[in-house]
Amino acid sequence: MVLFPLYSASIKELLKKIKTGIAHFLSHLDYFGVCSEPVIKDNVVVVYEVLEEMLDNGFPLATESNILKELIKPPTILRTVVNTITGSTNVGDQLPTGQLSVVPWRRTGVKYTNNEAYFDVIEEIDAIIDKSGSTITAEIQGVIDACVKLTGMPDLTLSFMNPRLLDDVSFHPCVRFKRWESERILSFIPPDGNFRLLSYHVSAQNLVAIPVYVKHSISFRDSSSLGRFEITVGPKQTMGKTIEGVMVTSQMPKGVLNMSLAPSQGTHTFDPVTKMLSWDVGKINPQKLPSLKGTMSLQAGASKPDENPTINLQFKIQQLAISGLKVNRLDMYGEKYKPFKGIKYMTKAGKFQVRT
Amino acid sequence: MSAAPAYGEDKGGSAGPGEPEYGHDPASGGIFSSDYKRHDDLKEMLDTNKDSLKLEAMKRIVAMIARGKNASDLFPAVVKNVACKNIEVKKLVYVYLVRYAEEQQDLALLSISTFQRGLKDPNQLIRASALRVLSSIRVPIIVPIMMLAIKEAASDMSPYVRKTAAHAIPKLYSLDSDQKDQLIEVIEKLLADKTTLVAGSVVMAFEEVCPERIDLIHKNYRKLCNLLIDVEEWGQVVIISMLTRYARTQFLSPTQNESLLEENPEKAFYGSEEDEAKGPGSEEAATTTVPARKPYVMDPDHRLLLRNTKPLLQSRSAAVVMAVAQLYFHLAPKAEVGVIAKALVRLLRSHSEVQYVVLQNVATMSIKRRGMFEPYLKSFYIRSTDPTQIKILKLEVLTNLANETNIPTVLREFQTYIRSMDKDFVAATIQAIGRCATNIGRVRDTCLNGLVQLLSNRDELVVAESVVVIKKLLQMQPAQHGEIIKHLAKLTDNIQVPMARASILWLIGEYCEHVPKIAPDVLRKMAKSFTAEEDIVKLQVINLAAKLYLTNSKQTKLLTQYVLSLAKYDQNYDIRDRARFTRQLIVPSEQGGALSRHAKKLFLAPKPAPVLESSFKDRDHFQLGSLSHLLNAKATGYQELPDWPEEAPDPSVRNVEVPEWTKCSNREKRKEKEKPFYSDSEGESGPTESADSDPESESASDSKSSGESGSGESSSESDSEDQEEEKGRSSESEQSEEEGGKRKTKKRKKVAEGQGDGSSSDEGSDSSSSSSESERTSETEEEQVEPASWRKKTPPSGKSAPVAKEISLLDLEDFTPASVQPVSPPTIVSTSLATDLEGLTLTDSPLVPSLLSPASGAGRQELLHRVAGEGLAVDYTFSRQPFSGDPHMVSVHIHFSNSSETPIKGLHVGTPKLPAGISIQEFPEIESLAPGESATAVMGINFCDSTQAANFQLCTQTRQFYVSIQPPVGELMAPVFMSENEFKKEQGKLTGMSEITEKLTLPDSCRSDHVVVQKVTTVANLGRVPCGTSDEYRFAGRTLTSGSLVLLTLDARPSGAAQLTVNSEKMVIGTMLVKDVVQALTQ
Repeated sequence: MVLFPLYSASIKELLKKIKTGIAHFLSHLDYFGVCSEPVIKDNVVVVYEVLEEMLDNGFPLATESNILKELIKPPTILRTVVNTITGSTNVGDQLPTGQLSVVPWRRTGVKYTNNEAYFDVIEEIDAIIDKSGSTITAEIQGVIDACVKLTGMPDLTLSFMNPRLLDDVSFHPCVRFKRWESERILSFIPPDGNFRLLSYHVSAQNLVAIPVYVKHSISFRDSSSLGRFEITVGPKQTMGKTIEGVMVTSQMPKGVLNMSLAPSQGTHTFDPVTKMLSWDVGKINPQKLPSLKGTMSLQAGASKPDENPTINLQFKIQQLAISGLKVNRLDMYGEKYKPFKGIKYMTKAGKFQVRT
Repeated sequence: MSAAPAYGEDKGGSAGPGEPEYGHDPASGGIFSSDYKRHDDLKEMLDTNKDSLKLEAMKRIVAMIARGKNASDLFPAVVKNVACKNIEVKKLVYVYLVRYAEEQQDLALLSISTFQRGLKDPNQLIRASALRVLSSIRVPIIVPIMMLAIKEAASDMSPYVRKTAAHAIPKLYSLDSDQKDQLIEVIEKLLADKTTLVAGSVVMAFEEVCPERIDLIHKNYRKLCNLLIDVEEWGQVVIISMLTRYARTQFLSPTQNESLLEENPEKAFYGSEEDEAKGPGSEEAATTTVPARKPYVMDPDHRLLLRNTKPLLQSRSAAVVMAVAQLYFHLAPKAEVGVIAKALVRLLRSHSEVQYVVLQNVATMSIKRRGMFEPYLKSFYIRSTDPTQIKILKLEVLTNLANETNIPTVLREFQTYIRSMDKDFVAATIQAIGRCATNIGRVRDTCLNGLVQLLSNRDELVVAESVVVIKKLLQMQPAQHGEIIKHLAKLTDNIQVPMARASILWLIGEYCEHVPKIAPDVLRKMAKSFTAEEDIVKLQVINLAAKLYLTNSKQTKLLTQYVLSLAKYDQNYDIRDRARFTRQLIVPSEQGGALSRHAKKLFLAPKPAPVLESSFKDRDHFQLGSLSHLLNAKATGYQELPDWPEEAPDPSVRNVEVPEWTKCSNREKRKEKEKPFYSDSEGESGPTESADSDPESESASDSKSSGESGSGESSSESDSEDQEEEKGRSSESEQSEEEGGKRKTKKRKKVAEGQGDGSSSDEGSDSSSSSSESERTSETEEEQVEPASWRKKTPPSGKSAPVAKEISLLDLEDFTPASVQPVSPPTIVSTSLATDLEGLTLTDSPLVPSLLSPASGAGRQELLHRVAGEGLAVDYTFSRQPFSGDPHMVSVHIHFSNSSETPIKGLHVGTPKLPAGISIQEFPEIESLAPGESATAVMGINFCDSTQAANFQLCTQTRQFYVSIQPPVGELMAPVFMSENEFKKEQGKLTGMSEITEKLTLPDSCRSDHVVVQKVTTVANLGRVPCGTSDEYRFAGRTLTSGSLVLLTLDARPSGAAQLTVNSEKMVIGTMLVKDVVQALTQ
């Protein structure tokens, strides 16, 4: 990194890119796709080759993983075998066409037997709920992640039922900005494979439906070395969908030595060293609300902690975009075949905190 | 690149033992723990003919480098392989070379010839990588070779190689800075490059090598602005940053007329993209509505930069968004900076490193432009899971944003923060409360009370911090707060934090008059514990003692002396010194009474209240987003952001010669995303006046018009750019005149519209359709109408020349790029200038008619200007109605109006001199036209299916005028209605020679059915044929004279790519029609 470092945000961005770039390659070898130290050590040469292509004297050269993939074929077991037999190499000897074309993010000559395009609309609710249960701030951050495996150079358009909902958007470079500005339609030639098409923000001005509530009573008493602890989680405004994958975590004050709790469902753990309580609730059954009750043992003699823990909540709701965003239709132009299309909605908790 | 430093102990490490920590590593251990003995085999492997063995060897060597082991003794063996055919081996050899070439310069020279050969390779990838490696080898001897290679590569065919050349420039510069001048030449050349691939890299090189040579940017400024959106993200960041600096040196500060801009509703500037497209227009409009009291008009180039960077706020890359944000912060008028807030708030969602950087910048911005982030206050609320430094930055922002209205919510939020487990954060919160209290007078008491309550907090740190803040607050208004001081005094027993104790003591000493009873008691207690106190507390005890001695010496004399004696023997020399010094001051001795007389003044002087302010207050002198800003210290290589100039430097330096420009725009046009800059010029030649089709006759009129414009028009500014551009650049003296002109234009526009509605059916359909269309199109239409009508009303030469020019320029993009001549666009002609021109044209009035270059069927064309016609003005339109007398004739409506003083009598057509085949059906003689009156007549012309002009004389009783009417090709036909099947059948017959196909890209603005149909029908008098598929448009018509079919098919893809097919046995007509339609559609 000799030259580039004058723009602080760029450095972070670049390092991230390098990391994902390398991880991308290594993931082909490693079954789980983790970028760990031993994996890097094993593939030092590939890492070198990738870095060589990504940077020139510290200035980023090619950072799109699609292009890198064309320059250097990711090492797979199969290719290693083939290479040893045929003596061919991992390094491409042609300049990737994408590098020069108008659509640098897509490689040319993509072929699939099954043509499919999947879009996941994932919304995360960031919220802070105060002691009394009222919402202090709530925002929806959404992304549309796509997995597009289409042959050739397809041109896709995606339209929404209610595009005005989106307050602030950022696009993958493939999206035609003008078209969005004038018609509120996403028109793009997709990159190959997985990519994030769009991320958006639904402003705090719109009322955000909060799908869960937490009832809590956490109290420390001055005299006794025992504190009471009780949390109940319940659904509200879920549009008839079930809330799954509920997980409650809370950082308890230092004064708490241990907790003896009994959950009505799920499992819980408390780490007396980090003071982290976590409760894996699972699904919420509206008939029988999950609760976690019990006592906390506090340091004897010490005065009661004067802060109350914050409760962090995670959950998932399938088949629902909490903002109400709906994809209207997806059309493909430029290619003859009929692709298989799929849209999935999901709502998740982002940074969802309940103050107590 | 050299990630692996060579460890000293490994030097020459052929016999070194395997390193144990890697010995466990299953994959590498087998190879590397014992591989030093195998260096021989590596050499052997490298010497074989088998690529696979070489590859294996190279991989091991690279792995060794990665481990930080020295592999330099293999250099000779490796270098030999630089010529290897196998590309992977080659690349690894390159990696090795770059790492070791500097150490083994002599041997490295062996490889140079291979690179030189590589530079000539037909494969661009190999050329590029040869240059990359060649430039990365830091061997001073080869500098001339590198220089040569870079120069050659800079004019390579492949943009990829040129990009590599740009990257090589800083490398060579760092190796030998004497080459600077030559390198600058290369940079200059590359800056002129028009590919997006090169732009980012060359600007990077520019920034590295010669950031001070701002003059190199002038000519490329507009190009860079326009390319920006298509450059890759890294390039965008560098270019934006460079342009920020450039704009700071070249344009005037937009904030000098802050007040004025605030009067304009923000909407006008960035409410929507439509507005954006006509940014300068609205700016200009604002100029006209506000009287001339403001001297500042934003340079159109400045506006261009702001407009073209704005979409990048939507980029997915945080770096780009940040770069645009800083550009707006540094360059945009106050009213427009607001747009960046939303994007920055969005970035807060990404991972914490980016959050940190963004928050730092937001903190700085929020001090200067508080209003900008106020709507997003809640986005800065702190979550318990945020890392501490993020929390503290958010707190900083919240404090900056707090004002009279939102302070209650902010304080409530702070209250929850105080109970956080993160103590550093709590301390910061207390300070933040203190700052809110100082900034907002209304809540000072509330804050103070809150802080006093905190004094009973169990956490010492919280208490201490509160004391420190209370001290600062009390200093501002001590009189009313005796109670609080008493409360603080009580706390001295409990608080152990030195800083807090010291603060309390200082407070009591400073305000001992308010607490006369308690103060001596506190001193007594402190004297007791003096020896056990921290140094800072001891100093304050001495301080307190001295102050009390001065105010209340009766009670405290002994105590003070006790304290001073204790201090005299303290271990710390600071305290000993202070004690001696104090004693001399306050205790009057025999000799030195001079100072002690003033002791009271010295100790109890009124002290200014401390100002609690943000640590970000003066950070904005660093360019936002830079590393220096982040560190609040100047980093190496930081380029100071220059201040705005007092006087704007000459803006014409950015003008580019036309041919170059047209080429560029031509290229741009093919691009999908590009647009805004051209939208204005697009407007000028919109569908209402399609271009003339005959290139020959045009170039003839070209030469004449340019001759004339040369003589007549003073400011022969070049460029096919939009007129606003020109307008802004014209000198300020012309400004007011122009404004006047503009207003007139508006009036004229209304008139013109009215006339159009009344007379021409096309105009009518235009306006009705525009109302139903989206905002964008209606907006552009307005623009189209405006300049068009302006031109119509200007005198003939002033008008005809630019019209012809306009058209020719646009044609040129497709046909004859060489013959462009600079001509002045119409609006630059100020009204007075126009009057002058009127005078001029009078003298050569016979020329005028031949100059007329009829542009379209839809709009009204001028046949005879009132000046040339001595009061008689004649316009004509193609009405597109069948001519009653003869179906082969084109019906032309002629409008006469008399603006002279006397009636005009006996208007009729005189002996026509017509080319073969063309015939005219004259209109009945108009007996008399009274002054101020107008009349309309219809005449028919059989053009015989050609676009030759019909020349004839227009006679009055006294004079004869030579006039000519030349039809656009689209007017030579009449619509035919047929079914889809018929259409297909006829089309099947007209293939081969009769079929003309053209590919084009539809701009975003004309992708809707409506616009396409409207544009096509405006150009040509054709009827639409129903069509089954949605993306296909079909039109049919017959030529008037011969009745041959003209079939037009437009197959438009949603992506914008489209194919236009015209089938007609009249090939000439077909060709011209294709040209006209393509032109209308692509603009």
